[in-house]
Amino acid sequence: MRILVLTKSVPDLVEELVLDEDSGELLHDEMTYVPSEWDDHAVEEALLIKEDSNADVTVLAVDTGDVDNMLFTALAKGADRAIKLQGDFDLSTSNRKRAQAIAHYVKENPYDLILSGVQAIDDIDGQIPAMVAGLLGMPHASVVTDVRLDGDRVHFHQEYGGGLQAELASQTPVVLGIQAARKPPRYASIAKVRQMMKSSVLEEVEVAVEEVPELEIRRFFKPVAAGHAEMIDGDAEEVAERIVSILKERNLVRG
Amino acid sequence: MGPILVVAEFTEGELSDTSRELLTKARELAQSLGSEVIAVGFGSHAEHAMANADADRAVAITGLGLDQYLPLTYERTLSQIVSEYHPLLTMVANSTMGLDLGAGVAAAQHMPVIAYCNGLHTDAEDIVAQCQAFAGKLLAEVAVPAGGAVITVLPGSFGSSGTSGHPEVTVMAVDSVPGMDVVKILEPEKGDVDITRADILVSVGRGIGDPENLGLAQELAEAIGGVVSCSRPVVDAGWLPKARQVGKSGQTVKPKLYLALGISGAPEHLQGMKDADLIIAANTDESSSIMEVAHYGTTVDILDLMPALAERLRGE
Repeated sequence: MRILVLTKSVPDLVEELVLDEDSGELLHDEMTYVPSEWDDHAVEEALLIKEDSNADVTVLAVDTGDVDNMLFTALAKGADRAIKLQGDFDLSTSNRKRAQAIAHYVKENPYDLILSGVQAIDDIDGQIPAMVAGLLGMPHASVVTDVRLDGDRVHFHQEYGGGLQAELASQTPVVLGIQAARKPPRYASIAKVRQMMKSSVLEEVEVAVEEVPELEIRRFFKPVAAGHAEMIDGDAEEVAERIVSILKERNLVRG
Repeated sequence: MGPILVVAEFTEGELSDTSRELLTKARELAQSLGSEVIAVGFGSHAEHAMANADADRAVAITGLGLDQYLPLTYERTLSQIVSEYHPLLTMVANSTMGLDLGAGVAAAQHMPVIAYCNGLHTDAEDIVAQCQAFAGKLLAEVAVPAGGAVITVLPGSFGSSGTSGHPEVTVMAVDSVPGMDVVKILEPEKGDVDITRADILVSVGRGIGDPENLGLAQELAEAIGGVVSCSRPVVDAGWLPKARQVGKSGQTVKPKLYLALGISGAPEHLQGMKDADLIIAANTDESSSIMEVAHYGTTVDILDLMPALAERLRGE
């Protein structure tokens, strides 16, 4: 079983998103990028499958200029190989174009199971796993957890909201958008990642991408808050006092 | 001008609230563009459920096994319908089904997909979509291309007019596509408590920091007569069971009091609790999204606030 995990980096929401307020353009080069959280779960799920079987795990990223650390981290966690797709890409490259690049690579390099985060915070032009599958005509499913191999079939859960789920089984190859891994994503120490940087290499694969349907994004802008909470000032004791009086006014306190 | 296609979903055999919203918006756009609305639905109840939908035409897709959502079969069928009808817009809800079908069909049909849409209007010559990006921190204005697009819409974005219609319904029988099957439906985990029935929820998020701190939330819940619930990251970390999760992929709750502690308010979470009678949020970031739906807010550390509040409520 050959597993491919698609990863990407996204702006770190812990910091401010940087926007040119006049043009409404995102200033990609002025933001800090971190691995997409859902992709971290996809890597973890792949590694858990590897532990249960003799699967081989390859991690892939489109080379937008900042992906080495992310790929070495995946190797440090236990992935067998890391691929960097090279071409005309940068941080502003659309998800659609990335999906097309990945589809070209997968067409030449078949895998049995392709996992990726179900979504990313910046994919208003489409979620990568579903687009890769659509481009390749492969079966796929989103909002997936609990992926297990059963002979030559892949079993997984798909969540539908309200706590409802179904167990599905698929032939391979199949593309799955992972919502959450069975366990919290493992941690790789900085020392281990550094050691990987010395002892392993990232395989570079050149891909050319034709023109793809791109969105005409007129502008990004900060939402005008529909409302805002009335803020309660003071230290924890003062805030607690005020909350209790709010609850008392509304008869939400017993006794 | 191609038609506007709406992929309908059903709840207990009837059009879902979100599908009604999509149809209302589709009707509004179709009127201003001089186009028509086509509803598409899957399963044996689709024909009946769409009989009075506010659409000009409806396509009910039936076949063995189609009452249950089948990703591969639904997608291949919808793809075929899109290639036949050449819709200007194909609207799907941003549900699990929408996440599958939206980007998948768009890619297969060489069309763009516009995701997380929460607004749609005509502007001179164009249709303009508004989309939620970066966990709701930014919005994007996107022009719908003349060649058409697939749009996935966040539930609750439009409201529904309640108008009904008399579409001409076509029944289309299809065979399920082999390759991906449903093995079994997994009923919701019942868990120890039903958070949808609690009047007071003490809900914790990523800000709880460490599972050891859950004890403080539990003590507060006992003092206030409520139940501990949580946001998705807490479940994903394995700190609380899935039955305690509030949000789109968990439970929708409407308690008398929702205490949001260390929850930033991702769209997925807000969807499950924004209608609570009273929301009090504690988060160190005053600009976090939870503060937009909360009635009262504070930026004090929840690890200090929880015991202080519990102490007062116990009358100590």
